[in-house]
Amino acid sequence: MSNYLGNYSLYIALIASVYLIFKSYLDANSENKYLDKNFILITSIQTIMITVSFFSLVAAFVISDFSNETVFNNSHTLKPLFYKVSGTWGNHEGSLLLWLLVLSIFLFIFLLNSRSQDTKYKLLTILFQQIIISGFLVFILLTSNPFKMLYPIPSEGLGLNPILQDPALAIHPPILYLGYVGTSIIFSASLASMISGNIGDKWARHIKKWVLVSWVFLTIGILLGSIWAYYELGWGGFWFWDPVENVSLMPWFCLTALLHTVIVLQKRNSFKEWTIILSITTFSLSMSGTFLVRSGILNSIHTFANDPSRGLYILSFLFILILMSILIFFFNQNKISNTAKENFILSKETAILVNNWFMMFFLSVVLVGTIYPIFLEVLNGSKISVGPPFYHNLLIPFLIPFLIFMSFGPSLKWIKDKLKKFNYNILIIFLVSLLISYVILTKTENSFLLSIPLIVLSIYLLLVTIKDFFVSKSSISQKISHFGFSLLITSILLNGLFSNEFNSNMKVGDERIFNDKVVKLKEVNVKDVDNYKSLKASFEVTNKNSSFALYPEVRIYQQPLTITSEADIKTTLFSDNFLVFNILKDDGYYNVRYQYKPLMIWIWISTIFIGFGGLLSVIRKNEQKY
Amino acid sequence: MSKNIKFLGLLLTLIIIFIILLKGLNVSKDYSNEKLKSKIDFSLNAKKLFSDEIINISDLFDKNSPSVVNIWASWCAPCREEHQFLMKLKDMNINIIGINYKDSPKNAKNFLSSLGNPYSEVITDNDGTKSIEFGAIGVPETFIISGKTNEIIKKYIGPLTSDNLIEIKNLLKKNV
Repeated sequence: MSNYLGNYSLYIALIASVYLIFKSYLDANSENKYLDKNFILITSIQTIMITVSFFSLVAAFVISDFSNETVFNNSHTLKPLFYKVSGTWGNHEGSLLLWLLVLSIFLFIFLLNSRSQDTKYKLLTILFQQIIISGFLVFILLTSNPFKMLYPIPSEGLGLNPILQDPALAIHPPILYLGYVGTSIIFSASLASMISGNIGDKWARHIKKWVLVSWVFLTIGILLGSIWAYYELGWGGFWFWDPVENVSLMPWFCLTALLHTVIVLQKRNSFKEWTIILSITTFSLSMSGTFLVRSGILNSIHTFANDPSRGLYILSFLFILILMSILIFFFNQNKISNTAKENFILSKETAILVNNWFMMFFLSVVLVGTIYPIFLEVLNGSKISVGPPFYHNLLIPFLIPFLIFMSFGPSLKWIKDKLKKFNYNILIIFLVSLLISYVILTKTENSFLLSIPLIVLSIYLLLVTIKDFFVSKSSISQKISHFGFSLLITSILLNGLFSNEFNSNMKVGDERIFNDKVVKLKEVNVKDVDNYKSLKASFEVTNKNSSFALYPEVRIYQQPLTITSEADIKTTLFSDNFLVFNILKDDGYYNVRYQYKPLMIWIWISTIFIGFGGLLSVIRKNEQKY
Repeated sequence: MSKNIKFLGLLLTLIIIFIILLKGLNVSKDYSNEKLKSKIDFSLNAKKLFSDEIINISDLFDKNSPSVVNIWASWCAPCREEHQFLMKLKDMNINIIGINYKDSPKNAKNFLSSLGNPYSEVITDNDGTKSIEFGAIGVPETFIISGKTNEIIKKYIGPLTSDNLIEIKNLLKKNV
């Protein structure tokens, strides 16, 4: 029943999409003053149909309807309800349906929110957004229909990968998608504004909200993915430069640049071309993310369905969209009235331009690292793996000028700023940060020459962003996000500098001495729980004056047979103690990895600050002043 | 630089990227260390489990499409786990040949009657020599073998998982 309902509502949504494409194209060429009432009506019908379709898939998951192939492949009656529901988007078909749902809901909200905008601009936005929606609809119906039926009906499903049974991961894809798909509205709207010629400060104010919303969701989505990798994968890191992680980071760099550019457009009515190009690039990167992840062209820990026909479709669709936007850009370029006034070297405009170029640099490094292995394999058949050293070597040295620049850039004035008289506050802050860094660096042996300026500057920037809360006139949301960023960089650097670990094979009763701590494996308990067998170890870590216990776990799932390691992490404000163990052969020995990671929690907290700043900017009305 | 040249340059770059990514899609992603290019000796004779009849193994293979060969035993616990996936392969109309490894015929028949028989034919391998001919080192192991060239296309050591299932399906589709 739900299979038919879900399937046919998708067809109705497709018909609505085709109608809207033609209707908006025809109306955009006529000189209608008002938007036809049908647009809102048909768009709401379409949104409702897609919602119905999505929830009939959710329902099929909840009641474990194994006549549905997607449910059969990804669910199991023994799974807890929460993971049955999240299983809906934990697979290829369902996640695409979620993409589609968000696409149509966003367009609907856009229509409701842009009443005051020019009619032609709205029509063109509908046109471009519907082209994207119909592309996804056809893609789903042709290659990844989530409502394929199975006969005879199997009595039990194949289960979801237990690694995916994690709360952070269950909400990570929807949040990330909200960010990705939000960029589609920016894309459609910027193409539309280019053709209708309304690009300017008024438009910037209107689109800035969408940029902020997408940016906040993308930031939080990346954070959740990272938290999941840290707690669940049990590798003890928070970022692995895995291609699938990189594809979410690339649109983030681009969107961050766009966010700053839109502010210039709003204040100074310049940087129009930057805005358009960044909008197009951000969306193309989000789409390429889908392509790279879903086509199976990448080799990564996140292996999803490998089906070349899907890859071919997304690739062609992606290139048609890029081609279309390039054509529109080149043929309407002369419509961009260049109202740019004279820019002075020392001004906020220049500062944002420099920021953009930094973002573009970071973006290109990640892009090359992600795409180059694919290119090389095609061109001469050699397989290379680009790992963290590549990214670290190329990104970290450039953090030094970036940090210096960020300490003064945001406080520059619009149009033209003067070189002030020597500021004693700055000198005091700099000396304080030198002192703090000196104290920190004497405590570690493995410091390189490069880490000295990095630590000094990151602490300096941190102190400057704190000072800005009291003296700077910029908006509170900007202060919070910039403070969050400097805190993030500082935490990552200190975490990298002071982390250490040991790796050893231990049996029950063994002790290892590590960093003036004694780690003892006390016992291992075997127990049968719901749908897996659990081996829970009990470790005792004794310090000079305190001791605590850690209980890492190994789970053996039967459906399908998978062994996962659940790390146990003792988190305090200052450090994380991370312990994970694995079964070796049946000789009583376990492989134990113990990691000491300082300031881990601050990496999450600072990212929340970054996102919170953006969120504040969305909801606060008087933010528009800044 | 004039606008047109910029545009053409961008267009050309895009086309090149498109072609490379298109090619990239078709690059095989089956990296298995155990991948063997060796051929199976089709002149091998073996006894059938159910009829005691001795046959030449080449008769079991479909000449036009690849077949799956699964080495199993009733005493092997992982074989029990992977059995459900073999049944699914059978439901997809895939020709699966079973090699019953160092097992008693009675236990083997019981195993199949209680869990279902996914095999189009089962041959017995009492002393393990037939499995050695396939290059197997234990049970369970699964091979995908081309009927035309006798080549091993893919080899799985250990029980199959649901991920392997999709892979096998795609491999068979590709190699028809």
